[in-house]
Amino acid sequence: MQSVNAVELRNVTKTFGSVVANNNVSLSIKKGEILALLGENGSGKTTLMNMLAGIYFPDNGQILVDGKEAAIRSPKDALDLKIGMIHQHFKLVDVFTAAENIVLGLKEKGKFDRKAISRQIREISARYGFDLDPDKKIYDMAVSEKQTVEIIKVLYRGADILILDEPTAVLTPQETEKLFAVLRNMKADGKAIVIITHKLNEVMAISDRVSILRKGEYIDTVETRTTNSQALTDMMVGRAVTLNIDRPQPENPQRRLVVKDLTCLDGQGVKVLDGVSFSAMGGEILGIAGIAGSGQKELCEAIAGLHPVSSGQILYSNPRDPDQVESLVGRSPMEIRNLGVSLAFVPEDRLGMGLVGSMGMTGNMMLKSYDRGGRFFPDTKPFRTLAEEIREKLEVVTPSINTPVRKLSGGNVQKVLVGREIASAPALLMAAYPVRGLDINASYTIYRLLNEQKAKGVAVIYVGEDLDVLLELCDRILVLCGGKVSGIADGRTVTKEEIGLMMTQVGEVRDHDGT
Amino acid sequence: MNNLINFLTAGILAAAPLLFGVLGELLTEKSGSLNLGVEGMMFMGGIAGIMGPYYYEKAGGTNPYVALVIALVCALVCAGLGALVFSVLTITLRANQNVTGLALTMFGTGFGNYFGEAIGHADPSGFLSVSASVKSLFNSPVFPDPLVNLPVVGKLLFSHNFMVYLAVILAMILAYVLGRTRTGLNLRSVGESPATADAAGISVTKYRYLAAVIGGAITGLGGLYLVMNAAAGVGGAWVHGCIDGYGWLAVALVIFAVWSPTRALWCSLIFGGLACMRYYYPISFIPASIYDIVPYIVTAVVLVFVSLKHSRSNQPPESLGLSYFREER
Repeated sequence: MQSVNAVELRNVTKTFGSVVANNNVSLSIKKGEILALLGENGSGKTTLMNMLAGIYFPDNGQILVDGKEAAIRSPKDALDLKIGMIHQHFKLVDVFTAAENIVLGLKEKGKFDRKAISRQIREISARYGFDLDPDKKIYDMAVSEKQTVEIIKVLYRGADILILDEPTAVLTPQETEKLFAVLRNMKADGKAIVIITHKLNEVMAISDRVSILRKGEYIDTVETRTTNSQALTDMMVGRAVTLNIDRPQPENPQRRLVVKDLTCLDGQGVKVLDGVSFSAMGGEILGIAGIAGSGQKELCEAIAGLHPVSSGQILYSNPRDPDQVESLVGRSPMEIRNLGVSLAFVPEDRLGMGLVGSMGMTGNMMLKSYDRGGRFFPDTKPFRTLAEEIREKLEVVTPSINTPVRKLSGGNVQKVLVGREIASAPALLMAAYPVRGLDINASYTIYRLLNEQKAKGVAVIYVGEDLDVLLELCDRILVLCGGKVSGIADGRTVTKEEIGLMMTQVGEVRDHDGT
Repeated sequence: MNNLINFLTAGILAAAPLLFGVLGELLTEKSGSLNLGVEGMMFMGGIAGIMGPYYYEKAGGTNPYVALVIALVCALVCAGLGALVFSVLTITLRANQNVTGLALTMFGTGFGNYFGEAIGHADPSGFLSVSASVKSLFNSPVFPDPLVNLPVVGKLLFSHNFMVYLAVILAMILAYVLGRTRTGLNLRSVGESPATADAAGISVTKYRYLAAVIGGAITGLGGLYLVMNAAAGVGGAWVHGCIDGYGWLAVALVIFAVWSPTRALWCSLIFGGLACMRYYYPISFIPASIYDIVPYIVTAVVLVFVSLKHSRSNQPPESLGLSYFREER
């Protein structure tokens, strides 16, 4: 007799507005196996699984659980079907103990018996090889312990189908090994496990089968035994698309910024940048590629003076005074800005960093120069002129330069942000995700602006998500992987597959650094 | 010795209305709502609590026990209604909690004083007051005389009116519910991390509404106490502005008690003691107004220490004062 799939997705489609997150995806999850869901950022892995977990509801298609069609409309529905998802961002109450978090919201009859609950949690821990003290408070826990709490929370509620969203992103290699051991125990216990990831070595190490998604499309499912990293990368990144972005040859490149062995720690003392070395030249665009959270943000912030540097050097040659080489480490953000370094960072929520949503364009123009001009009554005229200029030149669609910028559409907000950074006539311009969420036309405007700066001899650092764009826009591409530089490639000769491979593993360093 | 016992007894009597206010506000804040309208809700509870029995007696009612029940119900309902308005504005319509709370205080103060004065002026006696028998129910000891007459402990423990014991029992119930039951766990999770609670299937809106309304109703009892108790005021009659900052003191005390109902017990006792210390241990060169400031200074100092200590379990609920939006893509 053929075994029934634990879960089966048939022709599932999900759109957000005009964006198709998943298009006609079909895949199946079997009991007693680990399925890896592989894909780049934005390929729709998490969206797809969120539909199983009851966060989203599919627009089209069917979901079958244990062979029966199911409508999963809430996380509770999912749990009733024994589906549990461990999200990337933990949902735990910090001041509660592990046990309190695990039973939170359960409507069990009878007395609230803490001892019995702790005993049950210990039983689950022992069965699968977890290491957890049920009475420990969450705020005393390391990230890996918090993850354990999340997994046990799902198991305590009787889940047989577990979905883990990028579980190893926050773990050390040792902790990852421990997690994998636990997952193998669960698999032996007959549970169906889905692990969402973009790390190829982990796919090879833990999974039985791999399903690949690319830009919302289902590509294929293969047995892990019969494939290899190269084949998976090819399926994951696909063929390069031609976009036709201008890329003039750099003219008279001059060394503008040299970063040597830069190491930075995050709040928990984990290395977010590990021995990063590169140089950026005036008159060229240096692209920075990498999976989200590989250290791109920290790198930009460290150069701008916003992130503490634990070791290494950042040397900057001011074009106004070419013989003088200044160290940026230890300088305040304002000093660095006055040297001609400018950072335009567009975070996930777009407005979060750089612009004040409730202020108009004029007010936002003034933000970066509040220390100049009139002491008490600032002179707003130059900023009004500047705002008008940016509005005209970049075709910002706004009723007035005094309309709060949060009322503008995403593309216009980003034009204001990038426009302001360019207006400060920087010698080094960092643009992180400047086209995030923009449509094609708005994106091209931004590319054009960056190219104009390049032609003026500005050193441009472009942090991007879309590999196709990086490949067409940038002169050189630096690839980050887990805070390390896994390679610096020539943007004109490198292939998409090569970049894709470098993003997922620290390989041989292809040195295109310097001239 | 006698002076000390008298002082402590008076301290307990002064602490009871504070304790009602603290418990009500504590329950509200545990769910994540910061309701600064305590003063207003106390006014509302106070005025409704005396208007109820006043009209009952006007209508010819004579049973003091019925009058007492009417007073309690009116105080609870009226203050609860104030809290309900606060909840609708802040939870459903997501208005700013601070502004809404302050507005509620202003409204409640005016509401109480207006009706108090208007009804008082219309009454032949010139006062909005209840009969002596009702007043005595609110002021006389609940325990039989032999217990009350015991040396020392009789006066300290058994000589109080029923509302003092009601406040203490409420504190213990609240401590039990918050600390030992699923309902309490759910409620605290709503105040700490509403997104987590929501994901766990707990209705954030329901818990916040219930906590704010029940909490508001409890603070109303504090207002009733202040109106009816002879030690706290005239007793049994409305006096202009009779709540006199007790509501604000309660808000401060919640912080002083670091959001724990059991600590609220002895914290309100200390504040009650401080409030009446000048009558029992006057120090000639210290002006009386200095005594009045002490509770607020103590609160400010405690607040500084709480934030200096970085003790993770002695912190305000993490989402206190924040509206909850369910994340949408």
